[in-house]
Parts: sequence; C-alpha cells; structure tokens
Amino acid sequence: MLGRLSFADIPVDVPILVGTFLGVAVIGITVLGLITYYGKWGYLWKEWFTSVDHKRLAVMYVVVGLLALARGFADAIMMRTQLALAYAGNPGYLPPHHYDQIFSAHGTIMIFFMAMVIMTALFNLVVPLQIGARDVAFPFLNNLSFWMTTVAFVLINVSLFIGEFSQCGWLAYPPLSEAQFSPGVGVDYYILAVQISGVGTLLTGVNFFVTIVKMRAPGMTWMKLPVFCWTALCACVLIMVAFPVLTVAVALLGLDRFLGMHFFTNDGGGNQMLYLDLIWAWGHPEVYILIIPAFGVFSEVVPTFSEKPLFGYATMVYATCAIMVLSFLVWVHHFFTMGAGADVNAFFGIMTMIISIPTGVKLFNWMFTMYKGRVEFHATMYWAIGFMITFSIGGMTGVMMAIPAADFVLHNSLFLIAHFHNVIIGGVYFGYVCGMNFWAPKALGFKFNEAWGKRAFWCWFIGFYFAFVPLYVLGFDGMTRRMNHYDNPNWYPWLLVAEVGAVMIFFGIVCQVTQIYVSIRDRNLPGNVDVTGDPWNARSLEWSTSSPPPPYNFAIIPHIHELDAFMHDKENGIDTRHAGGPYAPIHMPKNTAAGFFIGAFSFTLGFGLIWYIWWLAAISLVGVIATVIARSANHDVDYYIPAEEVARIENEHSRKLMAQAAE
Amino acid sequence: MRTKYLKGAARLAGLASVLPLAGCELDTLQPSGPVGDQIKHLIVVSTIAMLIVVVPTIILVCYFAWKYRASNTEAEYLPKWSHSNKIEVAIWGIPTVIIAFLAVITYQTCHSLDPYRPLDEEAQTKPLNVEVVALDWKWLFIYPDEGIATVNQLAIPVNQPVHFVITSDSVMNSFFIPRLGSMIYAMAGMQTQLHLMASEPGDYLGESSNYSGRGFSDMRFRTLAMPQDQYNAWVEKVRSSSDQLDGQTYARLAAPSEAEPVKYFSHVEGNLFDTIVAKYNNGMVMDKSTGKMIHVQSAMSDMNMKE
Repeated sequence: MLGRLSFADIPVDVPILVGTFLGVAVIGITVLGLITYYGKWGYLWKEWFTSVDHKRLAVMYVVVGLLALARGFADAIMMRTQLALAYAGNPGYLPPHHYDQIFSAHGTIMIFFMAMVIMTALFNLVVPLQIGARDVAFPFLNNLSFWMTTVAFVLINVSLFIGEFSQCGWLAYPPLSEAQFSPGVGVDYYILAVQISGVGTLLTGVNFFVTIVKMRAPGMTWMKLPVFCWTALCACVLIMVAFPVLTVAVALLGLDRFLGMHFFTNDGGGNQMLYLDLIWAWGHPEVYILIIPAFGVFSEVVPTFSEKPLFGYATMVYATCAIMVLSFLVWVHHFFTMGAGADVNAFFGIMTMIISIPTGVKLFNWMFTMYKGRVEFHATMYWAIGFMITFSIGGMTGVMMAIPAADFVLHNSLFLIAHFHNVIIGGVYFGYVCGMNFWAPKALGFKFNEAWGKRAFWCWFIGFYFAFVPLYVLGFDGMTRRMNHYDNPNWYPWLLVAEVGAVMIFFGIVCQVTQIYVSIRDRNLPGNVDVTGDPWNARSLEWSTSSPPPPYNFAIIPHIHELDAFMHDKENGIDTRHAGGPYAPIHMPKNTAAGFFIGAFSFTLGFGLIWYIWWLAAISLVGVIATVIARSANHDVDYYIPAEEVARIENEHSRKLMAQAAE
Repeated sequence: MRTKYLKGAARLAGLASVLPLAGCELDTLQPSGPVGDQIKHLIVVSTIAMLIVVVPTIILVCYFAWKYRASNTEAEYLPKWSHSNKIEVAIWGIPTVIIAFLAVITYQTCHSLDPYRPLDEEAQTKPLNVEVVALDWKWLFIYPDEGIATVNQLAIPVNQPVHFVITSDSVMNSFFIPRLGSMIYAMAGMQTQLHLMASEPGDYLGESSNYSGRGFSDMRFRTLAMPQDQYNAWVEKVRSSSDQLDGQTYARLAAPSEAEPVKYFSHVEGNLFDTIVAKYNNGMVMDKSTGKMIHVQSAMSDMNMKE
C-alpha cells in the first residue's frame, strides 16, 4: 500500500532533524492558525494563490525564494560548522550520511529554488511593466510555473522528514547516483524535484520570451528595449535551449534507476562521461541564466542612482548577446580533468576566457555610467558597487580555472568552491538583492528601510570575504571539496575564519529579514510610502504607473519614442499615463485554480514515484491530465474591466499625485 | 565563565599568529616536481596578467563612486553623456589583448602539460609504471614491473618519472597528489593516464578530489618520494609481505570499506588491472601499444608469452 515507505524511513533518531521538524511544525501551525484566526484563507486563495497577475506572482516567488535562502543557508552554516570542528580525529557533529545530504541539498536548493526563483520573481515584476504590457503572454502558464516550482521546493523539503535526500552532490554524477551505489530514495527526491521545477522554469522561459518578442508597447524597437528586458530575453533563450537538456539528462538517469536501463551505469554499455557532457551542457548556460538578469539589474540601478543614462547601451546589448551564445561553447571546462585531449581542452579553455571580454566590458560600462554622474549612496547602490568589486575578483579566478593546465590542480578543490560562490554571491545574489531593494516600492507600494539595507550589505560583503578568501587559500593548499573531516593542521585555522564569515553572513540575513519587517511596519510613514510610483526619479516605463500598479498596469498603453522612455517623457513634459483618458474597457485574464491543482497533483505524483506508491502516482497522473483537459475546455477565462472602473482607479491615482505635488 | 572566554580569545590569538605561517606552505604553490613547478609558474603569470586589468578596475570603481558622489557638487556632471568611441575601444581592446596573451599560453600549456604526454625527463630516464585503481574507498597501486601491489601507500623514487595508468572499480574518483601537480579522473571501464615526477624526497598527501560517497573523506594515501636505494628497500619490504593479491583477496579488498589501513602485497595474480578494466567492457581492454580493443584473455596470453 505504501510502496517502500515504512515507519523506519522517518528519521526520529536524528535529533537535528527532529528539532528542525518541531521548529517547522510550530512556525507552520502558527502561520496557518493566524491565517485561520483572521479568516484570510478566502482572500489568499482568491487574490493570491489563483492569481494570474504577474505582480502578485512576483511577490509569491520572492516569498518562496527567501524560504529557500533560509533552508540553503542553514545547510551552509551547518557545513562550515562541521568543518570547523571535524579536525584531527574529531568526527564533528554530522556523520557522512547526513553531511553528504546537506551539501547536495545546499547546492540544489540554492540554484533551483533560491536563485532561479528570485530571478523569476524579478522577471515577473519588471518585464511586463518595462515593455508597457498589461500582463505576460500566457498568464495561466505563469501561475502554473509558480506552482510547479513551489511544489518541487516542498517536495525537496519533505525529504528532510520522510526518507533522505541525495548524497551525490547537486548534480548527482553517475555512477554514484545509480541504483547500484545509491539505492535509497535520496536521488529519486532529487530527480523528481528537479524535473517538476524544470517544467515550471521551461514554461517561464517560453512565457517571457514570447512576452518580450510580441508584447512590447508601440514604438519600442529592439534598440529601445530596456537592458533588463534584454537580459531577461537572453536568459529565456538560454532556458529554452538548456533546460530540455537537463530534463533529458535527469530523465535518462531516472530510467536507469527506475527501469534498470544502462545510460550512465558502469556496466551494460553505460557511459558516465555522457552524463557529464549533458548535465554541463545545461549547467554552464544555467549559471549565465542566473547572472545575465543580475547584469540587467545593475544596468537599471547604476544609471538611476548616477542620474545619467547607461554608458554604452548598444555595447551592453551586444555583450549580453555574445555571452548568451558563448555560454553554450564552454561546458567542457567543468571537466578538463576527464582526459580529453590537449586540443579539446585548449578550445574550451580559450572559449571560456573569451567570455570574460564581454563580461569585462559590462563592468566598464557600469563604471563609466558612474563617471561624471551624481552617485547616490542608496542601499541599492551599495549592492551594485559591492558587486563590481567582488565580481572582478570572481571573474579573475574564473579565468585562472579556465586555463586547463592550471585547472589540473585547482579543479574540485575549495578554490573552485570559492570561485563560484564569488560569482554567485558577489554577482547573482548581490544583483537580486539589489533588484529587490530597487523594485520593492513598485511591487509593494513602500520603500525598503535604508539603514537595515546597508547593515545587511556590510554583513554580507565583509562576511563573504571572510567566508570565501580562506577557501581560495585552502584550494591552493590541496583541500578538496565535499570533505567531511580532515587532519591537516594547515587547513584548520582557515576553516575557522571561514566559519566566522558564515556567521557574519548569518547576521546579514538577519538584517535582511529585519529590513523587511521594519519596512512593512513603517510602510505608511510619509518618507516610506511611494505615492508617485517613481520614488527614485528612474528612467524606464515601470515607474510611470502607480505603486503597486493597478491590475491592468497601464490604463492607456504608452507610445515609446526613445530609449529610457519614461525619462524622455519626463524631460519633455509628456504625460506617459495619459491621465484623464479617455479610457476603454480593458481585457484581462481571470484567476484560475488549475495551476494550483496541477501543481498539487504533480507533488503527489512525484511523492508516489519516489516511494514506489504506484496507485498514488497513477491517480495523480490522471489528476494532472484531467485538470489540463478541464482547463482547456473552460472558455470562461477572461473578463473586461469597465472603462468607468479604469477611470475611477486612474483618477484616484491622479488625485494622490496632485496632493503630493501640493505638499 | 569569563576565563573560558579568555581562553577562547587566547586560542584565537594563537590561531591568528599561525595564519601567516599557514600561508607560506600551500601545497600547490610549493610544488615538489616539474609538473607542479610549471603549473605554479602558469598560475603566477596568468594572475599577474589579469591583475593588470582587475586592480585598476577595482580602484576606478571605488574612485568614480566616491569622486562623483551626489554630495560632491564640485565634480563635473554630464547628465546626458553616455557614449565615447575612445573608451569603447579601450574597454574592448585591453581585455582582448590580455585574453589573447592568455589564449596563447593556454594553448601551449595544454600541450606541454597534457597529463598523457610523457615528461621530457622520460627521454633519459625510463619511467616507473604504476597502475592505479580507485576502489570504495581506498586506492590500490599495482607496480606491474615489480609484480607488487599496495593499498593507500604510493612509493616512488625521486627524479624518476612515473607513468600512472588509472581506472576505477567503482564510482568516479580523481587521482590527485597536490605537491606533484596535475590530477585526472578515475573511471570504471576506462583508463586515464598521468605523468608526474617528484624532484625532492618527501611524504606527500594523495587524495581523491572527486566526491565518491560515504568514505570519501578518508580516501587518502601517502606518497613517499624517496631516493632510489630507499625505494629499492621499500620494494623489498613489500615483496617480503605474506599477503598476495589473488582473485579472492581482490574481491574482499574491493568491497566497500572506510579508512583502510596500508596493505602490502608481494605478488599480483594475472593481469589484474586489465581484468578490472575489461570487466566493464565485455571482457575487452585497450591494448596500450596499438590502441586497439582486444580481449583481456589474449592480452594476458601476450603477457605470458613475453614472460
């Protein structure tokens, strides 16, 4: 009845997990209880869970992303603490069985459920508004993407309390991840979570690609498209090309495990090298999927807070596209040490270095955007400047590892770990936090707290160097990644310093949470509330609407004359909003519960497959298909906002604007 | 309570004094062999080449941000300025020149430091052959010319090149001796190669640098680089071991075990390394002289004929 699931799979004998479970249970019951107490379930269901509004989905994505950050960071600090203890005969507090799950979960969660999710949040919030559209091309798919991603994240966390997670690292290299060497459910949790979230990501890629290609406001030619949208477009192209490769690679691994096939096994004609090629043919573009939108964020933030247009817009666009193409030609640099010939390694090494040219150009462009500008040291700008400094170093160490002969001693060492945290934290994470601070008023209607934002930055910035410079050193000292304990006296002090860094980053996260709390608490204070919708005197269209924007974004679709459309309108006294109308009824998509149900059935499908509960899997699959058919047969999917209602909302905003101006 | 903190502080202070010392002894930056030397040189040269751009960039970022801060109304403000051909040429040109330089040394070192390429020293000195098998979770070293084998201990003579042929009888691992230089993957059914040499005697850490499961952290071995006479004595010591590596012993050895102690085998039965490789290839193994796939049985009979 329950497949291979039995009571023995509940880790009641692991105090850390029992404690975590109790903590999660208490917080969960409190949250659910409060929602019930205040009678908010109907509101949440109608206005949020079933919403197809890209702005609301953005907020929900951020919530999921921050939860993933908390989980992923808990894993990180547990690893650092283990290595600060497990020296010279001390086994530490985490046995290999637990430690190996933690580093596997840390990577998987941080990439798939923290970084990808917050990136998608920024796409959702910004892209339609920046191109002057009323929603994305496929609003229902957008809601479905959210639920697929979310249930996958829930599934991966279920592995904490029911069974175990993968112990094969975040990419589950075979043959270690094959049933022969990993017979438990861990790798199956990994496979199903990655596949389910992969559906969501792929749909997001298609959705935003079509949105940008087809739904730009009249007059917005390609070279008038804001840079963030360019970066989103490039990331979507990468998603559409790369994610199917991941799906296939992981599906083949699944076939090996579930049906006893031999794609990547040691024997029976399998070849593990094939998996490495496939997974990195996705994996390398994936890191550019993450970093390119972060570049987009900086390209919006730096000009706004330098009160100047972006330096070298065209160069920025070409550089972004060049990076997009090149990112598919470098994947072998993840395994120079696999024994490919010198010419193959040289090709992929040199291609990798070439990427640093357009990337460097971008950095110089932001630098020259500040040049002869009026740089405002806003918390948002702190993250941008911190990024420029940190990312330069990360880029340099990346090129060092791109030289195959140097990689022969640096590969798989802590130098590698330091390098990619240098670019993922210093690039991706700083970028996304920068973006969240920048666009928070647009999404929520109030600004984020400055002081706590700056405190968070300093903790993260300094903490990063304390946590990862020691790892560079340890890499040179021959310490490899994924070690559980060690007895080398030279390594010990550096690992203690890294632990201090992890604690500083912990305080950084505490500051961020405090920042959010304080910002919500003080949201109605005069300095915080965003009445105009343009709190930073910014340049692009999203700032021309109110904050948060009305469901239809733009009462009248703006006409674009210039790059930095909103700044152009402001300078020339053009009213981008066309306040006063006349307004027409606006065609809008209706909310739908289909995405939620497809997600819920996918969750039980995944859970059934992991535990070999075939009846559950079968019912769930039928459920997914039935929901899709029901949704397809439903033609009542849209409605009109009457012109009077639009006029009422717009006039209300105009009244507020005038009241603000009068003060 | 307070004394505890004081003690903690004293310990931290002690550690702080150790840090610079630890910095002086970084394995890969203090190599003991020609391969490691060349890689170190490569890392230093490429880092300096990149610092030419990176250091000014970081300084300029900080300088521009500070100089053009909003409160500094003295600084020039060009609210419309967003293009300059001169700057564009410089920001594309300078990195391109540096990457072109790095590309050249990349191509050269890819060939000169190709792990499959025999070392220059091998022209004068016949290399020592060592066959390496990664097992769950220990390393088996077979010395085909001496007919001996060891577990988790590798002895090599100083100043004699070593030609490693590497495979795995389990999952993927990576064979790595940081003080000597390059690493290479060990994969079942496949043979990778590595040429290294120790130029000074020592006891160097060897490890797996590709995570391979539960016992990975203890999958370490000592690399004893010693003068020729000591090495000969070491071989004799192994030869005097009462253990022999036959099929049964190997099966027991290959079963998963953690933190395996050093073992010596005075005799290795048959062509064990090729048999391990062939196990995953329907009995076929690559003939090292011709590069063709042949059946392991015929490879063995070849061996017997030679004997």
